[in-house]
Amino acid sequence: MRTYYLKPPAVSWGIVFPITWILAFYLRSPRDFAELVPGLIAMTALFSTTAAEAVVINFELRLGSLERLLLAPIGVPAVFLGKVLGGALFGLIMTAAVALGSILALGLSVNVVYLLMVLIPALLAFSSLGALLCVMVREVFEAQTLLNLPRFLMIFLSGVVYPVSAMPRALQALAKVLPLTYAVDGLRAAFWGPGAAAYVDALVLLGFALAFVVPGMRLLARRFE
Amino acid sequence: MNVDRVIQVEGLTKAYGELLAVAAISFEVQEGELFGFLGPNGAGKTTTIRMLTGLARPTSGTARVLGLDIRAQAAQAKRHIGVVPEQSNLYDELSARDNLLFMGKLFGVPRGERRRRAEGLLRMFRLEDRKNSHFAALSRGMKRALTIAAAMVHHPKLLFLDEPTLGLDVAAARSLRALIAGLHDQGVTVFLTTHYLEEAGLLCDRIAILVSGKVVRTGTPAELKRAAEGESVIEVRFGKPVPEARDVFTSRLPGAQVVAMNGHELRILGGDPAQAYRVVFAFSEEKEVAIEAVNTVKPSLEDAFLKITDLSPVAMTQEKGK
Ligand SMILES: Nc1ncnc2c1ncn2[C@@H]1O[C@H](COP(=O)(O)OP(=O)(O)OP(=O)(O)O)[C@@H](O)[C@H]1O
Ligand SMILES: [Mg+2]
Repeated sequence: MRTYYLKPPAVSWGIVFPITWILAFYLRSPRDFAELVPGLIAMTALFSTTAAEAVVINFELRLGSLERLLLAPIGVPAVFLGKVLGGALFGLIMTAAVALGSILALGLSVNVVYLLMVLIPALLAFSSLGALLCVMVREVFEAQTLLNLPRFLMIFLSGVVYPVSAMPRALQALAKVLPLTYAVDGLRAAFWGPGAAAYVDALVLLGFALAFVVPGMRLLARRFE
Repeated sequence: MNVDRVIQVEGLTKAYGELLAVAAISFEVQEGELFGFLGPNGAGKTTTIRMLTGLARPTSGTARVLGLDIRAQAAQAKRHIGVVPEQSNLYDELSARDNLLFMGKLFGVPRGERRRRAEGLLRMFRLEDRKNSHFAALSRGMKRALTIAAAMVHHPKLLFLDEPTLGLDVAAARSLRALIAGLHDQGVTVFLTTHYLEEAGLLCDRIAILVSGKVVRTGTPAELKRAAEGESVIEVRFGKPVPEARDVFTSRLPGAQVVAMNGHELRILGGDPAQAYRVVFAFSEEKEVAIEAVNTVKPSLEDAFLKITDLSPVAMTQEKGK
């Protein structure tokens, strides 16, 4: 099944896009780049998981192979969870590569336990957000378009580029309901502390994952009524 | 559980908004039977299969598959049923063999056993030399065959086939029918849908005729043929195409059903045979078209179908090109 993740939309949105951004940031300000690493890791997690969901869900819905899975003694929830986990795994591979690359290249030090503790819930939250949005539409390109709204909203509001604390109050409030904010914050904590923040962020991210999974399953089930 | 009756359906209904895709149908399928659901496009065949296999929720009515309620115990029932959907939807990027192995895995067939079964099925479905080809690269007929094989990996007791031979050429359809008959001989209960009358007549032990969401008649091919027994059937062949003949005959022959088989052949079912002959000859003189042949024939399954449904079997097969 891994062949899916190499379909063009997954490659362009899930792999090429984050790497381009990272390079762009690096070239603009090589000196401050280290500051941006947690945000870029979080962004990679967001793009790679959601792009993967669009492919695994929408391709399979269109080809009818998702339906084939349901002919086996597997319920809709299991199929949905399988998709979420698959996307999170793809994201983990991508993100680990980016994280490892930038840590080694810049000689940063990081608390690996905290890093994983934040990263894994973050991947699950983004993957289930992707899955939820993808089951709402039929085609892969529709899914990519729909996904871009939260993606770009979050990139600009969640502290990837500008710290949340430097934003106007109203936008800060908005940032509080975006999962990427917690991923960025948690990853910063993994690099520079305090560790306590990582625990809180991890829990919030798990909460987001749950909040996306439940309606996603419902929506998918509704397609088979 | 009562496994003599592998499928029991009562008052099964599926509404899509205003549209009753399946309208309170009832039927039973016995163990080991090859049961055919025959009906034109949009009759509700696929919808029925989707409900029986847990892919669509019935609006009302009850159905038991292998003694299990399809609402409450669908997951349990799925273990023992195989489904071949209308569209062959295996994974394009996987080889024939890997597709079978994957399906085996989904159904929890142990690894070694999975391999053995995949090999066996590839042999049985004559796909051995293509086992490493990607699904996408197979011919239509091979895809269909592999899709059936994929539905058999977990040794289901009951196999659903939705239009197995749709879109296949004559030879491919024939070999696929032989395979289906082979599965039936091994004791698998088969539920198939088709809109090929001939296919239903050749393969099925019993047929239910479905029109606009309703089962209008159920019986063995022989029983269905009897519906047209005692009716006269006259075949006429003109020397050139006469598109107006059908309407002329219909208006002049009360009580008869007239079907245009093709441009210059017609079939007149029922009514008064003597009058039918007179009308045919009169028509030939009026229009100055030669009659190549007129025969009285025994009613066929086609005639029975026409009598029962009022649908021309020709019109039905013409719709198939999708
Ligand atoms: N998901 C759906 N939503 C709305 N209407 C539907 C849906 N699925 C089927 N229908 C309608 O239900 C009716 C029966 O469709 P169904 O696919 O069961 O027919 P069928 O007998 O399988 O026809 P065919 O020979 O074309 O495969 C059709 O009028 C169809 O348009
Ligand atoms: Mg159909």
